[in-house]
Amino acid sequence: MYKTKTWNWEVGQRTIADMTPNSDHKWQEEIFISPDGEKASAVVCLDDAEFSIRTNDSVSENTFEKLWELNYTTNGDLCCYAMQDEEWTVMVADKPWEETYGFVWSPLFSADGKNVATAVQQDMEYGMSVNGAIWETLFENANNFAISPDGKKSAAVVQVKSMGQADLKTFRSGIFSIAVDGVAWDNNLMNLWTPVFDNNAYRVAAQVRLTLYDYSIIVDNTLWENTYQGVWEPLFTPDGKHVVAPVRQGGKWGMAKDGQLIWQATYANCWHHQFSEDGENLYAIVAPEYGKFTVAANDKPWEMRSPVVTDLAVSPDGKKAAALANTLNKDWRVCVNGSVWDGSYDMAWKPVFCPNSEAVAAKVRKNGRYNVLVNGKPVGGEFDMCFDPIFNADGSKVLVRGLHDGKALRVVANVPK
Amino acid sequence: MSIQDRKIEDEGLAYGVSKLTTDKIQQTFQALIDNETGAKLKAFSESCMRCGMCAEACHFFVSHGDDPSYSPVGKVSQTMTKLLANDGKVTPDDIYGMAQIAYTECNLCRRCVHYCPIGIDVAYIMTTIRRFCHKLGVTPQYIQDTAHSHSATMNQMWVKDDEWVDSLFWQEDEAREEFPNLRIPMDKEGADFYYSVIAPEPKFRTQLIYQAAAIMNEAGCDWTMPSMPGWDNSDMCMYSGDFEMMGRLKRQHFELAQKLKVSRIVMGECGHAFRSIYDNGNRWLGWKDYPVPVVHSIEFFAELFEQGRIKLTGKIQEPVTIHDPCNIIRGYGLMDKLRYVAHQLCDNIVEMYPNREHNYCCSAGGGVINCGPPFKKVRVEGNLAKANQLKATGAKICIAPCHNCHGGLEDVIHHYDLGIELKFLGDLIYELMEKPE
Amino acid sequence: MNSLYNFAVGPLAWAAFIILAVTAVWRLWSMYTLAKQKDASSVAYMSWKFSLRSIANWLIPYKSLGWKTNPVLTAVTFVFHICFVVLVIFVTPHQILLENAFGITYPTLPTAAADALTLIVIACCCYFVYRRVTNKTVRFVTRTNDWVSLGLVAAPFVTAILGSWGVGGEIMPLLHVLTAEALIVAIPFTRLAHILFALFTRAYIGSEFGGVRHCKDW
Ligand code: HEM
Ligand code: HEM
Ligand code: SF4
Ligand code: SF4
Repeated sequence: MYKTKTWNWEVGQRTIADMTPNSDHKWQEEIFISPDGEKASAVVCLDDAEFSIRTNDSVSENTFEKLWELNYTTNGDLCCYAMQDEEWTVMVADKPWEETYGFVWSPLFSADGKNVATAVQQDMEYGMSVNGAIWETLFENANNFAISPDGKKSAAVVQVKSMGQADLKTFRSGIFSIAVDGVAWDNNLMNLWTPVFDNNAYRVAAQVRLTLYDYSIIVDNTLWENTYQGVWEPLFTPDGKHVVAPVRQGGKWGMAKDGQLIWQATYANCWHHQFSEDGENLYAIVAPEYGKFTVAANDKPWEMRSPVVTDLAVSPDGKKAAALANTLNKDWRVCVNGSVWDGSYDMAWKPVFCPNSEAVAAKVRKNGRYNVLVNGKPVGGEFDMCFDPIFNADGSKVLVRGLHDGKALRVVANVPK
Repeated sequence: MSIQDRKIEDEGLAYGVSKLTTDKIQQTFQALIDNETGAKLKAFSESCMRCGMCAEACHFFVSHGDDPSYSPVGKVSQTMTKLLANDGKVTPDDIYGMAQIAYTECNLCRRCVHYCPIGIDVAYIMTTIRRFCHKLGVTPQYIQDTAHSHSATMNQMWVKDDEWVDSLFWQEDEAREEFPNLRIPMDKEGADFYYSVIAPEPKFRTQLIYQAAAIMNEAGCDWTMPSMPGWDNSDMCMYSGDFEMMGRLKRQHFELAQKLKVSRIVMGECGHAFRSIYDNGNRWLGWKDYPVPVVHSIEFFAELFEQGRIKLTGKIQEPVTIHDPCNIIRGYGLMDKLRYVAHQLCDNIVEMYPNREHNYCCSAGGGVINCGPPFKKVRVEGNLAKANQLKATGAKICIAPCHNCHGGLEDVIHHYDLGIELKFLGDLIYELMEKPE
Repeated sequence: MNSLYNFAVGPLAWAAFIILAVTAVWRLWSMYTLAKQKDASSVAYMSWKFSLRSIANWLIPYKSLGWKTNPVLTAVTFVFHICFVVLVIFVTPHQILLENAFGITYPTLPTAAADALTLIVIACCCYFVYRRVTNKTVRFVTRTNDWVSLGLVAAPFVTAILGSWGVGGEIMPLLHVLTAEALIVAIPFTRLAHILFALFTRAYIGSEFGGVRHCKDW
C-alpha cells in the first residue's frame, strides 16, 4: 500500500498550496491531494477544448482537448485520461502512454500503485491495456474489468460471439466468456460478472449465470458443482486455495465455499464479505431480518441493527471489523466490532484501521464541514473538504489532508490514546 | 371474448411455449407457490368476491367496449384463478395466453386498487403470473431481449461502457456552445446528488441529457454523473419477472451512489424506474426503505422553483394538460408537486379527468411498450379511454413526466389523430429558462 | 321432529360455532405465519394509521372510486351487509336463544321490522343473483363457489321469513337453523372467507398506499 515510512511525520499543520482557481483559467475542476499530502492537483480548463493539470502552483505544459478521471495512485503518481485529436491515452506522472485508443475508462491500479490498467476501446473492439500495452486480442464488447493485486495480469468479461438484434436463442446459448490478458476461456456462458484475482497465483473467479435461473461461481474456467438462485461476487481465501461467495437458496442468503454452504442460508441478504489476512475470520454485511442489516463475523451477527450497513473494513490483525451504518443515507454512524460511536454524521467514508489494528479512523461530513475522526474523536481540524486519513507505520500518527478556503492543507496529528 | 380468441404471434412466447410440457408447467407452478408466493396471493385469491367492481377501472376494459376478458378480475380469472383451481395443470397453449395477458394486457398500473372494496392488488397478481412465465421461459421477445441487455451490460439498451461516457462528453461539448462553462462532472465524490437516466437517453434522446445538464448548471447544483455501469435506473427485469436480475440492477444503482458518497440520487423523468428503485428492487435486496433517497425530477424541479434557482423568461400561454404517470403519482403521490411545477411553467392548465391518483394509465407502462411492435395495436386500441380524456381537454400540449408515458401517449395521439404535443417538464424548463446571451 | 330441532339449536349450534371459531382462528393464524415467513417485505410496511385510514374511507358509501362507479351495487351491498349484521344480532328468537344459553338480554327488533329487513336482505341477494347473471364481467368470472356462497347466505333468510310467515310449519325453523349452521361452518372455506380476510387485505393495501406510495387507495 502506501510507502508511509518515507513521508514527513512531523506533527503540525502545513499549507501545501493555495489552490484558489486562477482567474486566467476558464475553470478548475475537483482538487485531489497526493497520499503523502505534499501535492494538490486539479484539472483546469485553459480555453475551449484546452485542458491541463495544475499541481500546486504550476500548470503542466501538456495540454489536451479533454482530461478526466484524475487520480493519485498509492505510490503518489498522478494518473489521468487524456484526449488529443480524437485519440485517448493515459497520463501517468505527467507522461502520456505511447499507445492511443478510441476510448479509455475504468482505471485500475495495482496495490503498490505502480501498475496502471484501463479498459480500452480500439476500432470499436474492446479489451484492456496494462501500462500502455494493449491486449493482443480484442472483443466485440468487454466489461467488469479487473487486475491482479500486483498489477501484472488483467481480466474482463468479454463477448466472444456475435448476436443479432433481439436474438434470444443465441444469447441463451452463451456469448460471453472471461479473458485473462486478452485470452478468453474456451467456455461460452450466458452471463459473467465481477472477475476477481487471488493474491498471488493469478487465479480468477467470477459470478456466472448458466441459465436465466441458475447462478454459480466459476473458478479458472471450472464451475462449482452446485447452482443457486443467486450469487454475489466471489472472493479467494488469502492463501488462494478456496473461493467463497454469498449464495441464495430458498429465498435466503448464506455463504458457500467451493460450492458447499459454510453459512446456512438464513439471511435476507449477505454481501461484501472479507477475510482477515490470515484467513481465519470471515466478515460480511448481513441482514438477519428483512430491513435490518449488521455485520456478521464468522456467521455470528453483531447485535446492532441498521436499515443500511456499508463500507466494511477488517483490521490488519483480523480481529476487528468496522463498518458504517445509516438511515435513509443520513444519520451515518461508525461501528467498530458492533459498538457504535457516539457521533451522527451527514456522510461518512470507509473506516481505516491503523497498521497495529488499534486505532480506527474515518472521514465524516456534517453540515457541509469535513472532519477526520480517530476512535470517535475529531483529529486534525475541520475542512471544506478532506481526504481519507492515513496512519504512519506504528499507528501513533495520522495524516489528514484537507482543503480550507481554497488552500490545500497537510496536518499530521498524534493519535489520541 | 377471451384470450384464446386474440392470440398474437410473438417469437419469444412461441419459442418458450414450444419447450413446455404440462408436467413442467405444473412443477414450476407448485414450486412457485411453495417457495415464493405467500399469504398475499392466498388472501387475495380467496377473498376476491368476483363482484366485478374493478372492471371500470381498467382502460383495457373500457376501451374494448367493456369486454369482460380485459377486466382486472377477468384477467385474474383467466390466469391465476385457473392455475390455482387446476393446481398448475394447464396446457402450454394456456400459458401462451396467460403470458400474453400478463405482459401485454395489464400495465400493472394499480388503478383497479381504487375500485376494489377488498383491497386486491391485481397488479401484484399479474406480476406473479409474469414471474411464473419467466420461470417457464415464456416471455415476449423484446422485453426479454431488454432483460438480457440488463444482465450483460447493466443497462437496458446494450449501451457499451464507453458509449455512455462518450455520449456525456458529447452532450457536454454541445452544451458548452450555449452555456460556455457548462460541466457534466463525472464521478464527483461527495456531491449532493448523482443524476441517473434510462438507457434510451444516451442512445436516442441525448437532448434530454443536454437539457438536464443545462438546468443543473444554471441552477448551480452540486451534482455528478457516474461513469460506471449502474447509471441506468431502468429495469425491465422487474417487469419480465426476473427478480434476481432486478435485485442485481438495483444493487448496482444504489451502490454506485454509496460509492460516490452522494446524498441522494436524482432521476430523470421516468416512472417505472422509480417503481423499481423505490418500491420493488430495494425490497428484493432486503432494504426496507431506499438506502439512498431517490428524488424524481418532478420533486427536484419543485425544489429548484421553491428555492428560486430557476429563472424563467416567460410562461406557456396555450392550454396545457397534465398526464399523471402511475408509477410516481399512484406510486409515490407526486400529484401536487407535479401541478406546482406545471403551474410555474404554464399559465393555462386544463386538467383532464379523471386525474391525479385516479388518472388512467398511458397503456405503455408495466413493460407493455417494451414488448415491442407485435403488441402495439393492443395497447393503443386499449387506450381509447386516454384518447377521449385528452381530447376533452382541448389542450395543445400535454405534460407527461415519464418516458414510458411519452412513448405510449405518442402512439395514442398519433393513432387517434389528436394533434397534441407531448412535453417533459425538462423540455419546458429548458425552453423557458433564462440562458446566457 | 322436536328432538331433532332441539339437537339443532343445542349441540349442533354449539358445534357449528366451535367449528367456526377453531377454523377461523386457524385460518387467520396460518395466514399470519405464512405472511411473516414469505411476505416479510410486505408485512414490514403494515401501519395502524394507514390501515385504519383505508378501512374508514371504504366504510363510507360513495367515497371510493369503486363505490362511485357502481352506485346500485354500492347501495345494495351496504344495505345487505348492515341488515345482515343487525338481523343476526337483533332478531328476538336469537336473543332468546342467547338468553337461554348465557342469560344475555338486550332490546330486539319488533317482528314486523325483522320481517321487513329480512325481505330486504333477500331482495339484496336477488340483486346479487341478477347481477351475476346479467353483468357481463361478473358472469365471465363467476364460478360454482360464488353461487354456493350466495346460496348459503340466502338460505337462512329465506327459511327465516317463511318460518315467520308460518309456511311449512315446524320444518321451517328447523331448516332455518340447519341452513344457518351450514353458513356458519362454511365461512372459512368459501368465498365468505372474506369475512375473515377482507379487513386485513384492506389494511395491507392501505398501508402500502399510505406508507410507501403516499397516495390514497379509495
Ligand atoms: C368484516 C365484514 C365484511 C366485509 C368487510 C365485507 C366486505 C364485502 C365486500 C367488499 C363485498 C364485495 C361487494 C359486493 O359484491 O357486494 C362483499 C360481498 C359480499 N358479502 Fe361481505 N363483507 C363482510 C361481511 C359479510 C358477512 C357477515 C356476510 C354474510 C355471510 C357477507 C356476505 C357477502 C356476500 C354474499 C357478498 C357478495 C355477493 C355477490 O356479489 O355475489 N359479507 N362483502
Ligand atoms: C348467521 C346465520 C343466521 C342468520 C342470517 C339468521 C337470520 C335470522 C332472521 C333474519 C330471523 C328472523 C326472521 C324474522 O323474524 O323475520 C331469524 C329467526 C330465527 N333464527 Fe336465525 N339466523 C342465523 C342463525 C341462527 C342460528 C345459528 C339459530 C339457532 C341456533 C337461529 C335460530 C333462529 C330461530 C329459532 C328463529 C325463529 C324461527 C323462525 O322465524 O324461523 N338462527 N334468523
Ligand atoms: S373489485 Fe376486487 S373483489 Fe371485486 S372482482 Fe375485482 S378484484 Fe375481485
Ligand atoms: S392495467 Fe391497471 S387497471 Fe388494468 S388490470 Fe392492470 S393494474 Fe388494473
